[in-house]
Amino acid sequence: MTPIATTRSAAGLPTGTLAVWWLLASEIVIFGGVLCSYIMHRLSHDWWATEAAHTNVYIGLFNTFVLLSSSLSAVLAHAAAERGDGKLAARRLWYTIGGGGVFLIVKSVEWTSEITSGFTISSSGFWQFYYTAAGIHASHVIAGMIVMAFVAAGAAKGKYLHRVENAGIYWHFVDLVWIFLFPLLYIAK
Amino acid sequence: MNDQAEQVAHADHAHADHAAHEKHYWMIWALLLGLLLVSFAGPIVGNALHDRGAITTAFARNITLITAFGIAVYKAWLVAKNFMHVTVQPRFVVYMLSTVLVFMLLFYAGTAPDVMEHEGANWAKPSPHGVIPERALHPEEHH
Repeated sequence: MTPIATTRSAAGLPTGTLAVWWLLASEIVIFGGVLCSYIMHRLSHDWWATEAAHTNVYIGLFNTFVLLSSSLSAVLAHAAAERGDGKLAARRLWYTIGGGGVFLIVKSVEWTSEITSGFTISSSGFWQFYYTAAGIHASHVIAGMIVMAFVAAGAAKGKYLHRVENAGIYWHFVDLVWIFLFPLLYIAK
Repeated sequence: MNDQAEQVAHADHAHADHAAHEKHYWMIWALLLGLLLVSFAGPIVGNALHDRGAITTAFARNITLITAFGIAVYKAWLVAKNFMHVTVQPRFVVYMLSTVLVFMLLFYAGTAPDVMEHEGANWAKPSPHGVIPERALHPEEHH
Protein backbone atom coordinates (compact mmCIF):
# COMPACT_ATOMS: atom_id res chain seq x y z
CA MET A 1 0.00 0.00 0.00
CA THR A 2 1.36 3.42 -0.92
CA PRO A 3 1.70 5.77 2.06
CA ILE A 4 -0.83 8.60 1.92
CA ALA A 5 1.83 11.24 2.62
CA THR A 6 3.54 10.57 -0.70
CA THR A 7 0.42 10.89 -2.81
CA ARG A 8 -1.67 13.65 -1.26
CA SER A 9 -0.11 16.92 -2.24
CA ALA A 10 -2.01 20.04 -3.23
CA ALA A 11 1.34 21.51 -4.33
CA GLY A 12 1.63 19.17 -7.31
CA LEU A 13 4.77 17.58 -5.90
CA PRO A 14 5.34 14.47 -3.82
CA THR A 15 5.37 15.56 -0.19
CA GLY A 16 8.98 14.47 0.32
CA THR A 17 10.18 16.48 -2.68
CA LEU A 18 8.27 19.52 -1.46
CA ALA A 19 9.95 19.14 1.94
CA VAL A 20 13.39 19.00 0.32
CA TRP A 21 12.74 22.24 -1.57
CA TRP A 22 11.62 23.92 1.66
CA LEU A 23 14.74 22.62 3.35
CA LEU A 24 16.91 24.04 0.58
CA ALA A 25 15.16 27.40 0.84
CA SER A 26 16.21 27.57 4.49
CA GLU A 27 19.72 26.36 3.59
CA ILE A 28 20.07 29.19 1.07
CA VAL A 29 19.50 31.65 3.91
CA ILE A 30 22.13 29.93 6.08
CA PHE A 31 24.85 29.66 3.43
CA GLY A 32 23.82 32.93 1.78
CA GLY A 33 24.21 34.77 5.07
CA VAL A 34 27.67 33.34 5.65
CA LEU A 35 28.82 34.00 2.07
CA CYS A 36 27.39 37.55 2.00
CA SER A 37 29.13 38.31 5.30
CA TYR A 38 32.38 36.91 3.94
CA ILE A 39 32.15 38.91 0.69
CA MET A 40 31.50 42.23 2.42
CA HIS A 41 34.33 41.67 4.90
CA ARG A 42 36.68 40.45 2.15
CA LEU A 43 35.99 43.51 -0.01
CA SER A 44 36.65 45.88 2.88
CA HIS A 45 39.81 44.14 4.11
CA ASP A 46 42.39 44.00 1.33
CA TRP A 47 44.93 42.42 3.68
CA TRP A 48 42.82 39.25 3.81
CA ALA A 49 44.41 38.48 0.45
CA THR A 50 47.67 37.69 2.26
CA GLU A 51 45.77 35.25 4.48
CA ALA A 52 43.91 33.69 1.56
CA ALA A 53 47.26 33.14 -0.18
CA HIS A 54 47.92 30.33 2.32
CA THR A 55 44.99 28.20 1.17
CA ASN A 56 45.91 25.38 -1.20
CA VAL A 57 44.18 25.97 -4.53
CA TYR A 58 45.11 22.51 -5.87
CA ILE A 59 43.31 20.82 -2.98
CA GLY A 60 40.30 23.05 -3.57
CA LEU A 61 40.40 22.21 -7.28
CA PHE A 62 40.57 18.47 -6.58
CA ASN A 63 37.69 18.60 -4.11
CA THR A 64 35.59 20.55 -6.61
CA PHE A 65 36.24 17.81 -9.17
CA VAL A 66 35.22 15.18 -6.60
CA LEU A 67 31.97 16.93 -5.70
CA LEU A 68 31.02 17.58 -9.34
CA SER A 69 31.63 13.90 -10.09
CA SER A 70 29.59 12.81 -7.08
CA SER A 71 26.75 14.99 -8.34
CA LEU A 72 26.94 13.19 -11.68
CA SER A 73 26.59 9.79 -10.01
CA ALA A 74 23.65 11.16 -7.94
CA VAL A 75 21.76 12.29 -11.03
CA LEU A 76 22.58 9.00 -12.79
CA ALA A 77 21.15 7.19 -9.74
CA HIS A 78 17.99 9.24 -10.18
CA ALA A 79 17.85 8.21 -13.85
CA ALA A 80 18.22 4.54 -12.85
CA ALA A 81 15.50 4.89 -10.19
CA GLU A 82 13.13 6.46 -12.71
CA ARG A 83 13.28 3.35 -14.86
CA GLY A 84 12.80 1.14 -11.82
CA ASP A 85 16.35 -0.22 -11.59
CA GLY A 86 16.81 -0.03 -7.83
CA LYS A 87 20.05 -2.02 -7.69
CA LEU A 88 21.80 0.26 -10.19
CA ALA A 89 20.41 3.34 -8.43
CA ALA A 90 21.77 2.06 -5.10
CA ARG A 91 25.20 1.35 -6.62
CA ARG A 92 25.38 4.85 -8.06
CA LEU A 93 24.31 6.33 -4.74
CA TRP A 94 27.21 4.51 -3.11
CA TYR A 95 29.55 6.10 -5.68
CA THR A 96 28.18 9.46 -4.51
CA ILE A 97 28.73 8.52 -0.87
CA GLY A 98 32.27 7.49 -1.79
CA GLY A 99 32.82 10.89 -3.39
CA GLY A 100 31.65 12.55 -0.19
CA GLY A 101 34.09 10.37 1.77
CA VAL A 102 37.01 11.34 -0.46
CA PHE A 103 36.03 15.00 -0.11
CA LEU A 104 36.03 14.75 3.70
CA ILE A 105 39.34 12.88 3.86
CA VAL A 106 41.03 15.48 1.65
CA LYS A 107 39.44 18.25 3.72
CA SER A 108 40.76 16.67 6.92
CA VAL A 109 44.28 16.47 5.54
CA GLU A 110 44.04 20.06 4.36
CA TRP A 111 42.79 21.36 7.72
CA THR A 112 45.43 19.39 9.61
CA SER A 113 48.12 20.96 7.45
CA GLU A 114 46.72 24.46 7.95
CA ILE A 115 46.22 24.12 11.70
CA THR A 116 49.72 22.71 12.23
CA SER A 117 51.04 25.65 10.19
CA GLY A 118 49.45 28.02 12.70
CA PHE A 119 46.34 29.02 10.76
CA THR A 120 43.63 28.30 13.32
CA ILE A 121 40.09 29.58 13.60
CA SER A 122 41.29 32.33 15.94
CA SER A 123 44.16 33.48 13.69
CA SER A 124 42.20 36.21 11.90
CA GLY A 125 38.82 37.14 10.47
CA PHE A 126 39.63 35.36 7.21
CA TRP A 127 40.35 32.05 8.94
CA GLN A 128 37.23 32.41 11.06
CA PHE A 129 35.14 32.62 7.90
CA TYR A 130 37.20 29.91 6.21
CA TYR A 131 36.67 27.31 8.94
CA THR A 132 33.07 28.33 9.60
CA ALA A 133 31.93 28.24 5.96
CA ALA A 134 33.88 25.10 5.05
CA GLY A 135 32.91 23.45 8.35
CA ILE A 136 29.18 24.06 7.88
CA HIS A 137 29.53 22.76 4.32
CA ALA A 138 31.39 19.65 5.47
CA SER A 139 28.67 18.93 8.04
CA HIS A 140 26.15 19.02 5.19
CA VAL A 141 28.29 16.58 3.22
CA ILE A 142 28.22 14.20 6.21
CA ALA A 143 24.43 14.59 6.56
CA GLY A 144 24.00 13.92 2.83
CA MET A 145 26.12 10.78 3.04
CA ILE A 146 24.04 9.40 5.92
CA VAL A 147 20.77 10.14 4.12
CA MET A 148 22.07 8.57 0.92
CA ALA A 149 23.13 5.40 2.76
CA PHE A 150 19.55 4.92 4.02
CA VAL A 151 18.08 5.71 0.60
CA ALA A 152 20.55 3.34 -1.11
CA ALA A 153 19.63 0.55 1.31
CA GLY A 154 15.97 0.92 0.35
CA ALA A 155 16.67 1.32 -3.35
CA ALA A 156 18.75 -1.87 -3.41
CA LYS A 157 15.57 -3.73 -2.36
CA GLY A 158 13.53 -1.85 -4.95
CA LYS A 159 11.75 0.19 -2.26
CA TYR A 160 11.09 3.93 -1.98
CA LEU A 161 12.76 4.73 -5.30
CA HIS A 162 11.19 8.22 -5.30
CA ARG A 163 13.53 9.07 -2.42
CA VAL A 164 16.54 8.80 -4.74
CA GLU A 165 15.55 12.05 -6.46
CA ASN A 166 15.02 13.84 -3.13
CA ALA A 167 18.43 12.80 -1.80
CA GLY A 168 19.96 13.84 -5.14
CA ILE A 169 18.41 17.32 -5.04
CA TYR A 170 19.92 17.85 -1.59
CA TRP A 171 23.32 16.60 -2.74
CA HIS A 172 23.34 18.87 -5.81
CA PHE A 173 22.67 21.80 -3.50
CA VAL A 174 25.70 20.87 -1.38
CA ASP A 175 27.72 20.73 -4.60
CA LEU A 176 26.30 24.08 -5.67
CA VAL A 177 27.39 25.76 -2.42
CA TRP A 178 30.93 24.46 -2.94
CA ILE A 179 30.93 25.91 -6.48
CA PHE A 180 30.80 29.33 -4.79
CA LEU A 181 33.07 28.50 -1.85
CA PHE A 182 35.90 27.40 -4.15
CA PRO A 183 36.52 30.76 -5.88
CA LEU A 184 35.78 32.73 -2.71
CA LEU A 185 38.18 30.86 -0.43
CA TYR A 186 40.80 29.52 -2.83
CA ILE A 187 41.00 31.60 -6.01
CA ALA A 188 40.44 35.21 -4.91
CA LYS A 189 43.91 36.03 -3.56
CA MET B 1 1.40 -3.61 -35.82
CA ASN B 2 0.40 -6.30 -33.32
CA ASP B 3 0.56 -5.84 -29.53
CA GLN B 4 3.89 -7.63 -29.11
CA ALA B 5 5.58 -5.55 -31.80
CA GLU B 6 4.18 -2.38 -30.22
CA GLN B 7 5.58 -3.38 -26.83
CA VAL B 8 9.01 -4.05 -28.31
CA ALA B 9 8.97 -0.72 -30.14
CA HIS B 10 7.92 1.06 -26.94
CA ALA B 11 10.70 -0.63 -24.94
CA ASP B 12 13.28 0.30 -27.59
CA HIS B 13 12.09 3.88 -27.55
CA ALA B 14 12.23 4.06 -23.72
CA HIS B 15 15.71 2.53 -23.72
CA ALA B 16 16.95 5.07 -26.28
CA ASP B 17 15.33 7.86 -24.26
CA HIS B 18 17.07 6.79 -21.04
CA ALA B 19 20.40 6.44 -22.84
CA ALA B 20 20.00 9.97 -24.25
CA HIS B 21 19.25 11.31 -20.76
CA GLU B 22 22.35 9.70 -19.29
CA LYS B 23 24.52 10.93 -22.16
CA HIS B 24 23.20 14.44 -21.52
CA TYR B 25 24.22 14.22 -17.85
CA TRP B 26 27.73 13.09 -18.81
CA MET B 27 28.03 16.01 -21.23
CA ILE B 28 26.96 18.51 -18.56
CA TRP B 29 29.54 17.00 -16.20
CA ALA B 30 32.26 17.36 -18.86
CA LEU B 31 31.20 20.97 -19.44
CA LEU B 32 31.34 21.66 -15.69
CA LEU B 33 34.86 20.25 -15.51
CA GLY B 34 35.93 22.36 -18.49
CA LEU B 35 34.55 25.48 -16.83
CA LEU B 36 36.26 24.51 -13.59
CA LEU B 37 39.62 24.48 -15.37
CA VAL B 38 38.89 27.88 -16.92
CA SER B 39 37.98 29.33 -13.53
CA PHE B 40 41.23 27.91 -12.14
CA ALA B 41 43.47 29.05 -15.00
CA GLY B 42 41.88 32.48 -15.62
CA PRO B 43 43.23 34.25 -12.52
CA ILE B 44 46.66 32.61 -12.98
CA VAL B 45 46.90 33.90 -16.55
CA GLY B 46 45.62 37.32 -15.47
CA ASN B 47 48.18 37.61 -12.68
CA ALA B 48 51.01 36.45 -14.98
CA LEU B 49 50.09 39.10 -17.56
CA HIS B 50 49.87 41.69 -14.80
CA ASP B 51 53.31 40.75 -13.45
CA ARG B 52 54.76 41.23 -16.95
CA GLY B 53 53.12 44.65 -17.14
CA ALA B 54 50.91 43.61 -20.05
CA ILE B 55 47.66 44.52 -18.29
CA THR B 56 46.59 46.86 -15.49
CA THR B 57 45.71 45.78 -11.96
CA ALA B 58 42.06 46.59 -12.61
CA PHE B 59 42.02 44.47 -15.76
CA ALA B 60 43.65 41.54 -13.93
CA ARG B 61 41.01 41.85 -11.20
CA ASN B 62 38.27 41.84 -13.84
CA ILE B 63 39.69 38.66 -15.34
CA THR B 64 39.48 37.02 -11.90
CA LEU B 65 35.94 38.27 -11.36
CA ILE B 66 34.75 36.98 -14.73
CA THR B 67 36.62 33.67 -14.88
CA ALA B 68 36.21 32.71 -11.23
CA PHE B 69 32.92 34.23 -10.12
CA GLY B 70 31.11 34.71 -13.43
CA ILE B 71 31.77 31.09 -14.32
CA ALA B 72 30.76 29.98 -10.80
CA VAL B 73 27.34 31.55 -11.36
CA TYR B 74 27.03 29.79 -14.72
CA LYS B 75 28.16 26.46 -13.25
CA ALA B 76 25.59 26.84 -10.47
CA TRP B 77 22.90 27.43 -13.09
CA LEU B 78 23.99 24.34 -15.03
CA VAL B 79 23.73 22.20 -11.88
CA ALA B 80 20.36 23.69 -10.89
CA LYS B 81 18.88 23.31 -14.37
CA ASN B 82 20.28 19.96 -15.47
CA PHE B 83 20.86 18.02 -12.24
CA MET B 84 18.23 19.51 -9.92
CA HIS B 85 15.72 20.04 -12.76
CA VAL B 86 14.63 23.38 -11.31
CA THR B 87 13.09 24.52 -14.58
CA VAL B 88 10.60 21.63 -14.68
CA GLN B 89 9.47 22.02 -11.06
CA PRO B 90 6.17 23.75 -10.31
CA ARG B 91 6.46 27.52 -10.67
CA PHE B 92 6.07 28.14 -6.92
CA VAL B 93 9.36 26.31 -6.23
CA VAL B 94 11.21 28.88 -8.34
CA TYR B 95 9.33 31.70 -6.58
CA MET B 96 10.22 30.22 -3.20
CA LEU B 97 13.93 29.98 -4.03
CA SER B 98 13.93 33.43 -5.65
CA THR B 99 12.34 34.93 -2.54
CA VAL B 100 15.07 33.68 -0.23
CA LEU B 101 17.72 34.88 -2.69
CA VAL B 102 16.13 38.34 -2.58
CA PHE B 103 16.19 38.19 1.23
CA MET B 104 19.88 37.39 0.97
CA LEU B 105 20.47 40.47 -1.18
CA LEU B 106 18.43 42.58 1.27
CA PHE B 107 20.64 41.32 4.08
CA TYR B 108 23.73 42.31 2.10
CA ALA B 109 22.34 45.74 1.18
CA GLY B 110 21.28 46.41 4.75
CA THR B 111 24.49 45.45 6.50
CA ALA B 112 27.22 46.15 3.91
CA PRO B 113 27.38 49.93 4.48
CA ASP B 114 28.12 49.37 8.15
CA VAL B 115 30.62 46.58 7.56
CA MET B 116 32.43 47.95 4.52
CA GLU B 117 32.79 51.63 5.45
CA HIS B 118 35.49 52.48 7.96
CA GLU B 119 34.55 56.11 8.49
CA GLY B 120 31.78 58.54 7.69
CA ALA B 121 30.92 62.23 8.06
CA ASN B 122 30.69 62.17 11.84
CA TRP B 123 32.00 58.77 12.83
CA ALA B 124 34.96 56.50 12.51
CA LYS B 125 35.50 52.92 13.55
CA PRO B 126 38.13 52.23 16.20
CA SER B 127 41.63 51.64 14.86
CA PRO B 128 41.87 48.15 13.37
CA HIS B 129 45.49 47.75 14.43
CA GLY B 130 44.49 45.85 17.54
CA VAL B 131 42.80 43.07 15.58
CA ILE B 132 44.88 42.74 12.41
CA PRO B 133 47.52 40.02 12.73
CA GLU B 134 51.10 41.18 12.56
CA ARG B 135 51.77 39.09 9.44
CA ALA B 136 48.96 40.91 7.65
CA LEU B 137 50.34 44.32 8.52
CA HIS B 138 53.86 43.37 7.47
CA PRO B 139 53.49 40.45 5.06
CA GLU B 140 56.96 40.97 3.60
CA GLU B 141 58.53 39.96 6.94
CA HIS B 142 56.68 36.65 6.92
CA HIS B 143 57.51 35.37 3.43
